[in-house]
Amino acid sequence: MSSQAIHDDSTAAAPDVARVPSQIGEPAPRRRSLPRLLGAFLRDVFRTRLDKSRARIRVVAFGFAAIYCVVGGRLIQLGMRPDTPDTFKHVAAEAAAAARPDIIDRNGEILATDIRVMSIFAEPKRIIDKDEAVELLTAVLPDVNARELRDRLSSRKGFAWVKRGVTPKEQEEVFRLGLPGVGFLPEDKRVYPNGPIAAHVLGLTNVDNAGIAGIEKYIDDQGLGALHGAGFNLSAADMKPVRLSLDLKVTYALRDELLQGIAKYKANAAAGAILDVNTGEVIALASLPDYDPNTAAAEALDKDHINRLTVGVYEMGSTFKAISLAMALDSNKVTLNSRIDARGTLRYGRFTIHDYEAKSRVLTVPEVFTFSSNIGAARMALMVGVEAHKAFLRKMGQLDRMRTELPESAEPLYPRNWGELNTMTIAFGHGIAVAPLQAAMAVGALMNGGLMINPTFLPRTAEEARANAPRVIRAETSEEMRYLMRLNAEKGTAQKANIPGYFVGGKTGTAEKVMFGHYQRHKLFTTFMAIVPADKPRYLFLTTYDEPKGLPETGGFATAAWNSGVVTGKIIERVGPLLGMAPRIDLPEQPFPLVAKLGIGITR
Amino acid sequence: MVSRTHRSPFADWWWTVDRWLLGGLGVLMVVGVVLTMAASPPVAERLGLSTFHFVHRQVLFLGLSAVLLIVTSFLSPRHVRRAALLAFLIGMALVAAGLLFGQEVKGSRRWILGIQPSEFVKPCFVVLAAWAFAEGGRRRGEVPGNVLALLLLPATIVPLILQPDFGQTMLISLVWATLFFMAGLHWFWVAGIGGVGAVGALLAYELVPHVRARILQFIDSVNGTGTGDRFQVDTALDSIVAGGWFGKGPGEGTLKRVLPDAHTDFTFAVTGEEFGILACIGVMLLFGFIVLRGLLLSARNEDPFCRFTAAGLVMLFGLQSLINMAVNLQLMPAKGMTLPFISYGGSSVISLALGMGFLVAVTRKRPRAALDAPLAPAQAASA
Repeated sequence: MSSQAIHDDSTAAAPDVARVPSQIGEPAPRRRSLPRLLGAFLRDVFRTRLDKSRARIRVVAFGFAAIYCVVGGRLIQLGMRPDTPDTFKHVAAEAAAAARPDIIDRNGEILATDIRVMSIFAEPKRIIDKDEAVELLTAVLPDVNARELRDRLSSRKGFAWVKRGVTPKEQEEVFRLGLPGVGFLPEDKRVYPNGPIAAHVLGLTNVDNAGIAGIEKYIDDQGLGALHGAGFNLSAADMKPVRLSLDLKVTYALRDELLQGIAKYKANAAAGAILDVNTGEVIALASLPDYDPNTAAAEALDKDHINRLTVGVYEMGSTFKAISLAMALDSNKVTLNSRIDARGTLRYGRFTIHDYEAKSRVLTVPEVFTFSSNIGAARMALMVGVEAHKAFLRKMGQLDRMRTELPESAEPLYPRNWGELNTMTIAFGHGIAVAPLQAAMAVGALMNGGLMINPTFLPRTAEEARANAPRVIRAETSEEMRYLMRLNAEKGTAQKANIPGYFVGGKTGTAEKVMFGHYQRHKLFTTFMAIVPADKPRYLFLTTYDEPKGLPETGGFATAAWNSGVVTGKIIERVGPLLGMAPRIDLPEQPFPLVAKLGIGITR
Repeated sequence: MVSRTHRSPFADWWWTVDRWLLGGLGVLMVVGVVLTMAASPPVAERLGLSTFHFVHRQVLFLGLSAVLLIVTSFLSPRHVRRAALLAFLIGMALVAAGLLFGQEVKGSRRWILGIQPSEFVKPCFVVLAAWAFAEGGRRRGEVPGNVLALLLLPATIVPLILQPDFGQTMLISLVWATLFFMAGLHWFWVAGIGGVGAVGALLAYELVPHVRARILQFIDSVNGTGTGDRFQVDTALDSIVAGGWFGKGPGEGTLKRVLPDAHTDFTFAVTGEEFGILACIGVMLLFGFIVLRGLLLSARNEDPFCRFTAAGLVMLFGLQSLINMAVNLQLMPAKGMTLPFISYGGSSVISLALGMGFLVAVTRKRPRAALDAPLAPAQAASA
């Protein structure tokens, strides 16, 4: 008998053998004791049963089939999954610089536009040899930092920039390296074809073409940023250009004249603006030193490069006297015929107020203005009173932050505890620091018939401007102020800007700069405001110089008339034709009809 | 051509061998050559070898393994046992020698004399375990088979743990446990100990943070590199997804260039990238066919030894393929496991050929009487 036979018997017999005890014990099945049951169980447990193996192999086979099905299911699931290149494209589209609308000036000249540039990116996962890739890339792009590039390529992201905005030559060279995992992506790059012209208004974009300053940021805040964020892939062609109120040519001329003035008077800085007093539009703006927005943003962030007209706050000096006089005239405390005692000095406690050109006599109101009498201005402010003075300045927008489209702005500085002494000094422009454009806004309101019009960098008509412009002074007061400005240009401190044919009115302002807690006698901040023409007010010219020096031909004087005034004159002469103002040979017969009724009128 | 009546040894072999199984294995080897041609050139170039270095060697190994498979399949079950015992002893000696004298490669001592002896130990272990279980299942067996089987496992895996080789240990233990189950282990053990153990381990892993950390740390440390493997696994999945249903086309794959083990553990991913997910499913079906065919053949087999040997060898082959594919598809954490006959590797391919040779040998159709013939002089009478 073969062992196979034995074996077969044994397997076949196994169940029978197991049943034997029960057969024996059949007569008395209930006598099967617990220990016997346990014994049978234990025998069973410590035994393998070959007869079960076929069924169990089938169970295992079923298990394997099930696991293969899981693997197959997973493969099908992966097949359904969107391809990775799509997700990569999505990432790249988000990373790439977004398109922006063009910015044009009021005449349609391009101020800012997008150009297409190529940027080099890498997919770190696909780069085979990172060291080799870094070595080759930095050899072709020497301005890329090798260590930073290695860090970027070692990240676990699917996408990393190598260099943004490369030249066609660099692109060609990187292409020739033939590195897998390195590719090119067209991007939009912001370009400012006029360089520094109007740089402070236009602002800046970052490398992702998002606006970070100036009008660029304003555009993003108006919803462009939200559109890009929502994944709209706008092209520049889809977007309407943003038209500004600026005039490119006028801005160029303004900046050019200011720059020449800086060289001539060896000033630290200068700033200027031209404001349409009827619409509030800023026609030109320049703040020097400035920067080229096409180059690195770091230059723009230099604190020397702030917009001195909106971000810088300064004591405006005598220009503020215009506001004080207007207040006194408008509150009927004085008339143009009133007389103000300006003899000696004005004492207040331990302080003494002097006049720069002391006349030591009783002055008429127009003389207070043309002689720029500190004492006169202080006395008139005192007549109105501290609270009324404060209220008037608040109405004139001098105590609150001025808001324009430019995101950069500054809070004015003025004393929290405002007493009589403060009112006296603020009356002639000391003890309060405001943004120059803010002061220009106030003077504009004094000139335009008495409407407070907020400056804007976007085009606006006179009707739109008037629609929500509160009246701050009476029209008659405004005419009186224009008369005073014209008088000052004819006979007073503003003669340097009296360009024939333009009927200019003007006011100088000279403030000593505060340094180390004291006024510095020889460090001046000079201002000049001019209204052209004074009879039918249209444009307000603002010019400021920071620390201009006296020259032999100015007799060593460094006060406003000698620098800001002179430059304003040149600007008026140069931009008048550009603004469509022809010099008038015949001066108006009756420029100030209301003032004439008072019997003072202007002499020709 | 091959006569049924004239019983030459070859004719005998040809008419008894399972030609579906043999055919499946043959197709798998041819597919293996094709996929090695796709997956290995970038790795060879990266290592500074000639482009087709791995392809040439793989073709050589597969040729040798085909011969080995055929020769082994001529063995009778009795010779299979003897051959397995001999190879097992030599293999374990080499494993021990490797532990003592082998140089460390990637943190473990698996290699000696240019081969990985643990690979050869695997199929031999399965044959010996199957033998022991078959003996242990007999009522009046002269040999305490189950005890031998219980001793065989630690004897084999302790040196592997010392190497350390977590993947092989796990594979061998799984096959051993399943064989035990097939041998008719009482459900008390299967459900009781297996179940309680599994549930306990799972609970510990889920609920006790430091157990979890330890296990993860252990798996990580045994695998060699922690984050590096993550990269490989992620890239593998990316390449399968990148290939889509139909693949990028032969030679068009790019992610294989960054996969360090494209030619060994991650050939399946390269298959996905270049030939597509449908091709992956095809490869999977081929493995599934061989495994299920082998298991059903074993279930039909009359002889317990042949039944267990066939089932064990097929499970070894099937588990290895499943683990590899599951790792490629991120269904389980990374294990150093090759895809049978497709991944590059001399020791792996030769050892697989040995195992599959044993498989074909024990699944040959035999009259019941012919089984164990040399052991039973009275065979004729009983038949």
